[in-house]
Amino acid sequence: MPEQPAPPSSVPTKRTHRSQLVVAVLLAALGFAAVAQMRLTREDDDYSGQGRESLIQLLGSLSAAAERTQSQIDELERTRGELLSSSERRQVAVDEARDRLEVLEVLTGTVAATGPGVTIAITDPSVAVTAASLLNGVEELRDAGAEAIEINDTVRVVASTSFTERDGQVMVDGVTVRPPYLIDAIGSSHTLSEAIVFPGGLADEIERLGGAVTVEEADLVEVGSLHSIDAPEYSQPTEG
Amino acid sequence: MIAVFGLALGVLAGLLLEPSIPIALQPYLPIAVVAALDAVFGGLRAHLDGVFDDKVFVISFVSNVLIAALIVYLGDQLGVGGQLSTGVIVVLGIRIFSNVAAIRRHVFHA
Repeated sequence: MPEQPAPPSSVPTKRTHRSQLVVAVLLAALGFAAVAQMRLTREDDDYSGQGRESLIQLLGSLSAAAERTQSQIDELERTRGELLSSSERRQVAVDEARDRLEVLEVLTGTVAATGPGVTIAITDPSVAVTAASLLNGVEELRDAGAEAIEINDTVRVVASTSFTERDGQVMVDGVTVRPPYLIDAIGSSHTLSEAIVFPGGLADEIERLGGAVTVEEADLVEVGSLHSIDAPEYSQPTEG
Repeated sequence: MIAVFGLALGVLAGLLLEPSIPIALQPYLPIAVVAALDAVFGGLRAHLDGVFDDKVFVISFVSNVLIAALIVYLGDQLGVGGQLSTGVIVVLGIRIFSNVAAIRRHVFHA
């Protein structure tokens, strides 16, 4: 047994030894208990060590907190419902606006369009076809429900398109187009071809001028040229 | 030295064995630990003063623990367990501080 330096006491060594042992046992018990308690405190949410009163207080504050939280939940759910219905409405509005946008884009010629329609070729060997004749043909096509029209794959015909003549050459929207003229129109192909070849229509007019008209119905006509639009300078949309 | 070994052994045992304390004892253990700490610091002070007596230490240790537990039990029965526990902790804390101050004077002479 290793001998410790004798503590400052007058008792014999053997007794000192036993006293140290007793102290060691007690300290071991203390360390054990302390560690166990620490572990317990860490494990439990420190409820088990608390008195009845503080537990009741705890319970009260917890149920108050639960009430508050419940009312918050109700409020948030109400808000969520409102937001959901409003976002649904907004989605419908967005869809409608997008549909309208597509229609308007095709009508104003700012996007390329494709669909069934006709391709009309007008030969003009005697250079006698005038802008008025072309405009007449375009008007017939519009009457027949043409949604997108282009001439010679270069000029898109829209509401504001002009047909003019300079030095005997036809200009569409300021762009010179030369014969043979090639008109692509998207719409009901049968109706469109009828609008050209009916007696006294464009076909008859061109043939009287010495040209020839061939109408070809197709399941897929591509209108690829675009018309650029500027924001209106003077007019503004009225409300309502 | 043996005493320090005992303390280390107890801590080690507590860490390794992961003891579960019976629920009946759980309210008393924290206070008992603090009371035992008070007895330990008192014993250390007596040791440095040269008047350490193992009998006194054992009796003060055990009685501290028992009285602490008794006070907690009584407080729980009377419905003032929390306040009484706080009071006991405060008193024991003051005693621990004064004992530590005496020990400090012995060790550092300051």
